[in-house]
Amino acid sequence: MPSALPLADPAPLDGTLPASAAIGAAERNFGVYVHVPFCRVRCGYCDFNTYTSDELRGAKRTDYAGQAIAEMALGRQILERAGLPPRPASTVFFGGGTPTMLPVTDLAAMLAAVRDTWGLAEGAEVTTEANPDSVDADYLLALAAAGFTRVSFGMQSAVPHVLATLERTHDPERVPLVVEWARAAGLSVSLDLIYGTPGESLEDWRASLEHALAQHPDHLSAYSLIVEDGTKLARQIRRGEVAQPDEDLQADMYELADELLEASGYGWYEVSNWSRPAGVADGALPTVGASAADQRSRHNLAYWQGHDWWGVGPGAHSHVGGVRWWNVKHPAAYAERILAGNSPAAGRETLDEETRRVERVLLRTRIRDGLAVSELPAPARTAVAGLIGDGLVDGAAALRGTIRLTLRGRLLADAVVRRLLDE
Amino acid sequence: MSPKALKALEPASTDPAFIRNFCIIAHIDHGKSTLADRMLQITGVVSDRDMRAQYLDRMDIERERGITIKSQAVRMPWALDGQSYALNMIDTPGHVDFTYEVSRSLAACEGAILLVDAAQGIEAQTLANLYLALDNDLTIIPVLNKIDLPAADPEKYAKEIAGLIGGRPEDVLRVSGKTGMGVEELLDLVVRTIPAPVGDPKAPARAMIFDSVYDSYRGVITYVRMIDGSMSPREKVMMMSTKSTHELLEIGVSAPEPTPTKGLGVGEVGYLITGVKDVRLSKVGDTVTNFAKPATVALKGYAEPKPMVFSGLYPIDGSDYPVLREALDKLKLSDAALVYEPETSVALGFGFRCGFLGLLHLEIVTERLEREFGLDLIATAPSVIYEVTTDDKKTVTVTNPSEFPGGKIASVSEPVVKASILTPKDYVGTVMELCQGRRGTMQGMEYVGEDRVELHYTMPLGEIVFDFFDHLKSRTQGYASLDYEPVGEQEADLVKVDILLQGEAVDAFSAIVHRDKAYAYGVLMTERLKKLIPRQQFEVPIQAAIGARIIARESISAMRKDVLAKCYGGDITRKRKLLEKQKEGKKRMKMVGRVEVPQEAFIAALSGDTEKKEKK
Repeated sequence: MPSALPLADPAPLDGTLPASAAIGAAERNFGVYVHVPFCRVRCGYCDFNTYTSDELRGAKRTDYAGQAIAEMALGRQILERAGLPPRPASTVFFGGGTPTMLPVTDLAAMLAAVRDTWGLAEGAEVTTEANPDSVDADYLLALAAAGFTRVSFGMQSAVPHVLATLERTHDPERVPLVVEWARAAGLSVSLDLIYGTPGESLEDWRASLEHALAQHPDHLSAYSLIVEDGTKLARQIRRGEVAQPDEDLQADMYELADELLEASGYGWYEVSNWSRPAGVADGALPTVGASAADQRSRHNLAYWQGHDWWGVGPGAHSHVGGVRWWNVKHPAAYAERILAGNSPAAGRETLDEETRRVERVLLRTRIRDGLAVSELPAPARTAVAGLIGDGLVDGAAALRGTIRLTLRGRLLADAVVRRLLDE
Repeated sequence: MSPKALKALEPASTDPAFIRNFCIIAHIDHGKSTLADRMLQITGVVSDRDMRAQYLDRMDIERERGITIKSQAVRMPWALDGQSYALNMIDTPGHVDFTYEVSRSLAACEGAILLVDAAQGIEAQTLANLYLALDNDLTIIPVLNKIDLPAADPEKYAKEIAGLIGGRPEDVLRVSGKTGMGVEELLDLVVRTIPAPVGDPKAPARAMIFDSVYDSYRGVITYVRMIDGSMSPREKVMMMSTKSTHELLEIGVSAPEPTPTKGLGVGEVGYLITGVKDVRLSKVGDTVTNFAKPATVALKGYAEPKPMVFSGLYPIDGSDYPVLREALDKLKLSDAALVYEPETSVALGFGFRCGFLGLLHLEIVTERLEREFGLDLIATAPSVIYEVTTDDKKTVTVTNPSEFPGGKIASVSEPVVKASILTPKDYVGTVMELCQGRRGTMQGMEYVGEDRVELHYTMPLGEIVFDFFDHLKSRTQGYASLDYEPVGEQEADLVKVDILLQGEAVDAFSAIVHRDKAYAYGVLMTERLKKLIPRQQFEVPIQAAIGARIIARESISAMRKDVLAKCYGGDITRKRKLLEKQKEGKKRMKMVGRVEVPQEAFIAALSGDTEKKEKK
């Protein structure tokens, strides 16, 4: 979550949605995101909406699960009132912050509340993020018993000096252990990596990738480090204490990641995400579970495919039928709203036709399933020829009707989007 | 005795014997305006209460820069030995760009005060104007100003001045415009030494226009010096160069506010208002006569203003083009020397090719356009007039590199100036080096005083307009001063260097340079652009070429990464806003072929900002 909320319309206190949100809802999946805004320490690069115990201003971690559950009940009413059909959650994702800062019973209770409030679809994907040093074998077993199917570990790097720059506190040696325990608990495993940290060499990155691959995760995310305004890292760079990440080196790192991952049987399905096995049928929805054939994250894909989701918790973002909103950021402000029985939404926007079209191009271009050429207006279809010529869009896929980025195109995805939208 | 005249003489009936017409020749900053202010105060034409610094300089720019662009004339009463006099002080522009205007102002006077800063000594432009004054047979009163300054060295500079114009050092008057010390003696000296004007009161009227100013309320105000005959209100007058006729709606003197009079007689200085709205109908140097009883011979010395330096002016925001056109149309009313015509640049869009008297004129016009009309402008590198003859004997006049003909060139001729540079003797070597590097040919050098040297060069004007003055100043720590005047044309081995982005020439960066310097220019511009143009999705070669021959080359490597790694917890709104911002940014880009060039890159490349930044 970004440090600042977008500027937009105020959200009504009772959270009422416009009737337009219900249009076509039956064709969209429904997901739930639960934001857990707590961390033991704040990492220098992080500008997510999370708080250490010193920063909570009276909000209590122990009260949090109850508040989140209250928001779910409110959410159900709001959706019903807007005329949306009841839809069980196809995906649930606990992110943060550090969700595993909470006792596993809290996570289990919140998941149970999702089930009680909306229901869980058959084969639902239920993920939590976790720090390697915040879970043990029992915790992971308890997650699986509560109905979690997937855990995403914030490994970030296997190289001590890189972890130190990132101010990550875990010992890289712990990663194989937690992966082993998660597997034993029957959970599907994803590893999160960060590349392009100041001081990280291409060889450092290779070591991290190889270390990650040695754990045989089912899924892997690799995010380039982005220096966000207001973070400690940004200040260090401004003062010249730490070097600015080099974009060319980051590009080399991305290419190396793709090369090593492809060679190990992973395939990209979104610009920063790879899963096993490579080359799953385009467009088909992945099945679920550690043993399943397709390990793409359906929750992650839902963001890019324009499905509906309810974001629970401070600063969480939601999307239902072309209405996007976001909650107040601070846990104390959030608690106050919930206790008063009000919607925690701070602001929202209702997308018009044109904005929805722009978003569709913006979002779908990033995924391997891509954007249908037929969805583009005529001038943009002409731009596709230029993009193929420049080696940014896969020509063969385009002939079959899909805009799919090449490796170079993925690195320049934002530029491709601009060209597709440049009328 | 009160120095102020007890009874001011009545204009239109003043005996020429009691008129003194004079001007002040001084370098910028040597205190001319302050001295003039003091004279206004001492003679009582401006009350102490109304006094404001640099009373005579009207335009904001003039006041800020402390220089006079437009000259003015003021009539001041003075008394000496019981006799009242009318003193007409004509304020002259002090810069080389306006030499012609200076020469006309001088022609309206019988004498000149040579005003020199007692801490700095005489400067090149002052010397140039002094030559002009002597050439006009003016009586010179040498004066050292700012003698109240601790750094003043009047002995030394009095000797320097005496060495230049003859006479004894002790005859050089010492004044302080700031404190008023010596100013009364100076006014007495004006009366005593400057000859009274001589003319034929019975002859047909002849008045010389020495300045012409546009006033938004009253139209053009024409400043004249009556040579022969007289003029009175309501009479019909004729401009001898254009034969245009006008009725005198008002005639008067500046005291210093315009004061209508019954007319102007021989030797008097004043203004005319005819209701004309365009200064072009009232040109400096022209002769005004009576329509019914016209003079047969015009006063000599009239010349059409001739632009020497050209530059393309483009609005940064293309939609400001009509505003720029309107602004130029308005400016033209008060600036007869400004010429312009529409021009299109592939890189910069729609703009105007403008002709100026010199670099300062260019700067003043650009600044007035920006300040008075709220425009943001890009000015292309200044250029001069070239005559290009092709192998098939066709001659083309080129004021813009884009007009330079392709194909075989038989010869190119360029304007040449005579440049005089006055510098402390310690810098002679470095100045010579600079001039040599600018294709200057030394014509001689002489000492001015003990420790300063005047160097004479003939040099192509094209070399001077391209940041010569900046270099001269920085190499001499600001001490050297420059004056130049055109002396004709010469043939030279000049070529057009094009700058190509991805094989496409960017017209705004083309330049006509000497063949020996083509490589240096090519390297300079390609390096600058490499720094200024952001990376694109493809590699962008930047080349400098003469015709089809590439002489320098740089390349901007392709941008490899332009993607936001993730979408924070489903905050799609943020991502979309970022896209909108990027698209907005693209609107400020100019497309050169497929290359997106930020507007700022053009400005920086043309102004040389990249190098300056690096020095900091």
